[in-house]
Amino acid sequence: MTSNPIVTLAGVAKRYGAFLALQETDLAIAEGEFVTLLGPSGCGKTTTLRLIGGFEQASAGRIAIAGQDVTDSPPYRRPVNTVFQDYALFPHMSVAENIGYGLSVKSGRVAKAERDRRVADALAMVGLEGKAGMRPGALSGGQRQRVAMARAIVRRPRVLLLDEPLSALDVKLREGMQVELKRLHRELGITFLMVTHDQNEALALSDRIVVMREGRIAQVGSPTDLYDRPASPYVADFIGGANLADAEALGGGAFRLAGGQVLHSRRGEAARFAAGRHASLGLRAEHLHVTAAGPENTLACTVMERLFHGDRLRVELMPEGVARPIFAELPRTTVPAELAPGDRVTIGIDPADVLVFEAEGGR
Amino acid sequence: MNLTRRTFPGFAALFSLPLFWVLLLMVVPYAIMISVGFWSRQFPLFYPDFQFGNYAQIAADPQYTTVILRTLKIAASVTLCSLLLGYPLAYFLVFTVRSRALRNLLYMSVIVPLWVSYLLRAYTWKIILGTDGALNSLLVSTGIVSAPLDIFLYNQTAMVVTLVYIFVPFMVMPLFAVLDNIPRRLIEASEDLGVGPFMTFWKVIFPLSLGGVVAGATMTFCLSFGDFVAPVLVGGPDGTMVANLLQTQFGAALNWPLGSALATLVLALVLILLQLSSRLDRAGRVDLS
Repeated sequence: MTSNPIVTLAGVAKRYGAFLALQETDLAIAEGEFVTLLGPSGCGKTTTLRLIGGFEQASAGRIAIAGQDVTDSPPYRRPVNTVFQDYALFPHMSVAENIGYGLSVKSGRVAKAERDRRVADALAMVGLEGKAGMRPGALSGGQRQRVAMARAIVRRPRVLLLDEPLSALDVKLREGMQVELKRLHRELGITFLMVTHDQNEALALSDRIVVMREGRIAQVGSPTDLYDRPASPYVADFIGGANLADAEALGGGAFRLAGGQVLHSRRGEAARFAAGRHASLGLRAEHLHVTAAGPENTLACTVMERLFHGDRLRVELMPEGVARPIFAELPRTTVPAELAPGDRVTIGIDPADVLVFEAEGGR
Repeated sequence: MNLTRRTFPGFAALFSLPLFWVLLLMVVPYAIMISVGFWSRQFPLFYPDFQFGNYAQIAADPQYTTVILRTLKIAASVTLCSLLLGYPLAYFLVFTVRSRALRNLLYMSVIVPLWVSYLLRAYTWKIILGTDGALNSLLVSTGIVSAPLDIFLYNQTAMVVTLVYIFVPFMVMPLFAVLDNIPRRLIEASEDLGVGPFMTFWKVIFPLSLGGVVAGATMTFCLSFGDFVAPVLVGGPDGTMVANLLQTQFGAALNWPLGSALATLVLALVLILLQLSSRLDRAGRVDLS
């Protein structure tokens, strides 16, 4: 996958005074990939993007784009373009002038006719024909977003950087733009590197996701990799969401929760836990189901709260003897209609779905 | 209709005092000034009249045209010099100085001279440029010239220098405000699109700062246009400006009707200028949010 990297970070770090925004990081992005940097605010994802765009100087390490070392190059000498979070459209220029801006200067100059054609193409590509003469101030948020996209792709960058491109849009518009982004990526065939804190956006759009935490990469993988095989409780919780429960290994894939209830895991990593070791179990809300009491992989729980989500119910449960509640996403048809807070219920989970991690303090 | 009647007493009560002040301190004086401009004079008295003799006299006597043109020229030079000095300073304060404390300190140092008497600040340049002034002492002590020169003071250049010194804060203030308001993201976006710092300045920063340029230029121009202290202190025989002529008409010459006509003319010129400037400002205004 990284045999033909278009972007390479080698030991790149960024420090602001005493604050280490990005620890030494290695990352290779292949040509044509759609890669997402995902994490909560302050995890270093935006810093990473700005380092690649050239808006920040790396404190250590080297950055190469398309085989050229650009570590010390200013933004205007890098073969990348950025879609900014707040779009950063030039308010004193029309839509067409904004889009053609990067084609009118030395580094990107093209003949007037060619420029007009490419601006028109870019406008058509984002569905804004007829808005060429308008000022950005007269456009809606979604239209500004499209202008920002058109302005960034018109220069045909090797890599398109997207800094939380959809975060300023309302939910409906955002879902529509996700489809647009995916289509643009396919049609343009260039590398997309996107920053987001929205895991759904990352899962829906990316070929690969880089999950970041506190200035370092927590895990890199395809959306299915990260969902099915999270490397840490943090990733399990951030991608898809997971209930985490402390447990003690009994050997042979069995784990005892606080309070004495036992769960089995048939996953590969479970076998590595010798009897007596502490572990952290990850139970995804959507893997839990209501079942009859039985010996195999069930938890006796008390219902704390039920929330109606249309076709699903989100139920807060307190397993017996456990101090922290867990959440279950249950299909509406599988839940008894009269289930109410205070009721006792048996919850089952497939042993193949019980994630096991090294015990870790914190989350 | 009903609404208007019900709120009128409240409206009147709320605004009568300010309206009264505006009437007393602005409308009435201007009306007096304009009407006195049509009066006649029979030395040493003047009496109410309605005739255009004063304006005819201003138009006929080349002295007045010369002085008005000279005043325009000096005010324009002051404006241009203030812009050339003030813009780089405001740019430096906004984009180069990283430390907020240092920036505020430097900005204050531009503003603080305004707390000192205007007369004193004008007088300072008499001391600097005079024959036994600071500049000559420096030139003599460093051996650049052997004897003090008298070419620095009492000419139009000295007036421009003095007026620029006095009025440059009025240029820096609006420029600072408008530059500080430009989102840094726009500059990043420009560089991201392959445009270097020089062209980014001309295509993004400068166009977006035009409002400040217009505001600063209008203020420095109008303030210099009406100045009468610099000509007296550092101007030479050819340094008379319109305000000095006015002063003379109301003082030594004792010709209020002519002075009023002249003042009305100056008022008209400045109003035209303000109108132009506000048009220019509105045309260039953009939404930065």
